[in-house]
Amino acid sequence: MSYSQADDWIRAFAATAAANKVYLTELDSAIGDADHGINMNRGMQAVLGKIDGIGETDDIGALLKTVGMTLVSTVGGASGPLYGTLFLRMGTAAAGKSELSADDWAAALAAGLAGVQTRGKAELGDKTMVDALTPAVDALQAALADGAAFDDALRRSAEAAEGGMKATIPLVARKGRASYLGERSAGHQDPGATSSWLLVLAAADTFAGQAGQ
Amino acid sequence: MKKLINDPADVLKEALQGVAAAHADRLTVLTEPNIIIRADAPVQGKVALVSGGGAGHEPLHGGFVGMGMLDAACPGEVFTSPTPDQMLAADKAVNGGAGVLHIVKNYTGDVLNFEMAAELAGAEDIEVEAVVIDDDVAVKDSLYTAGRRGVGATVLAEKICGAAAEQGKSLAEVAELCRRVNANARSMGMALTSCTVPAAGKPTFELGAAEMEIGVGIHGEPGRERKALAPVHEVVEMLAAPIVDDLPFASGDRVLAFVNSMGGTPLIELYIVYNELNQFLSARGIEVSRNLIGPYITSLEMQGCSITLLKLDDEMTALWDAPVNTTGLRWGA
Repeated sequence: MSYSQADDWIRAFAATAAANKVYLTELDSAIGDADHGINMNRGMQAVLGKIDGIGETDDIGALLKTVGMTLVSTVGGASGPLYGTLFLRMGTAAAGKSELSADDWAAALAAGLAGVQTRGKAELGDKTMVDALTPAVDALQAALADGAAFDDALRRSAEAAEGGMKATIPLVARKGRASYLGERSAGHQDPGATSSWLLVLAAADTFAGQAGQ
Repeated sequence: MKKLINDPADVLKEALQGVAAAHADRLTVLTEPNIIIRADAPVQGKVALVSGGGAGHEPLHGGFVGMGMLDAACPGEVFTSPTPDQMLAADKAVNGGAGVLHIVKNYTGDVLNFEMAAELAGAEDIEVEAVVIDDDVAVKDSLYTAGRRGVGATVLAEKICGAAAEQGKSLAEVAELCRRVNANARSMGMALTSCTVPAAGKPTFELGAAEMEIGVGIHGEPGRERKALAPVHEVVEMLAAPIVDDLPFASGDRVLAFVNSMGGTPLIELYIVYNELNQFLSARGIEVSRNLIGPYITSLEMQGCSITLLKLDDEMTALWDAPVNTTGLRWGA
């Protein structure tokens, strides 16, 4: 993955966050405080403004850290620190690199997920973004261990994230504002898991058909 | 939606401009990022107190910035947590070399943003301690929820810890005191009507003309149960009984009784609530040795009230009585 491909991925996520603003907010209105799509879109629009002015660099780590810091300062709520931490940890893992191998990418995403879990103290099955990101990382690592090409591994990662997202529907939330609803949170798809699927899907779509590294 | 606003998008900005215009003698209001700080900050050698949260709970927190209480407040958008860059800017502006205490209401967004801010401040060699306030007995405290919400005890903790900081207590001592206030305080609220977030434009929830919500949070979150309207005597019983059972408060205890308006309930009704509460506590041998009555932690224009009881000791009582000079709370100074 080159710097420009990483940049394409961020822009693709911003586009999908904008396109799904109402959808994410509707999911959030069922079990949260009805602002997830609005907040993610506001944050990613700010990210676009920031990365347009980032200047000459090929440091993917610096790019991802800029995304993280921008989300931290613009999203608010719980999503700001969680997505901010995801990108900051990915940026630390990719620091100084102008090219990420498939293994580098998998390691960065795993570091991002670990950061999200540390920050939010959520486990798999708590009905959070962790439920989409964990299977995404697992599928990615399994695909690479099988010798899959980068683009194929990203596709399988996105499919696993989608499965994890759908699996949040029957779950009872144990973290965040949705947890106050107890049993009433069951039957609704988690908005954070949904935006996390969109993030992984944007990576797969950006790389679709491109030569794997 | 009927509100005295110009544009829903400008509510926070224009309110902060109003605060700046009204209170320049005591407060400095900064934008980008939004913070309200004491005009005389930083106070050298004093532990600084920083709090914050979504707007819409006024006078909390900006109205409690000043001598004897907070050094800075970080307002988020209405009912939305502020961000770590605001908290870091506040920490830098008010740190007088003795460290900073973050007083955080237990909401996931507030907690995570303050945690990130503490890490950022630590990276800049500012010593930060954080205390999370979680006094709302309406919410089940279990491993399976985000825990109890932080409500009325926040006001009391800011006052008592602000006085301790003013007297020169160390960061560790002020933080320990804050934890003690939280551990000895319990709250519960109720709503007669919903509130309308300006950006949403419609009420957060619907309540029938003859219904009330018992155990409501300060953002219109659902409570324990929806019930038919009842006389104040019974409403106070519904709020106060779970509070005194929870700690528990016992005969012979001295308490600070805080009767708070959610924003839309007038003082005349709060005094009726206080009268019932005083009788309820007297019947159990609990002595109200201090009280606070009024709109101090509100939920926009929601009608309703909350009750907070704090079990007092001599130190907390003396710190409660110490001088304070903020726009929301002022005595002795």
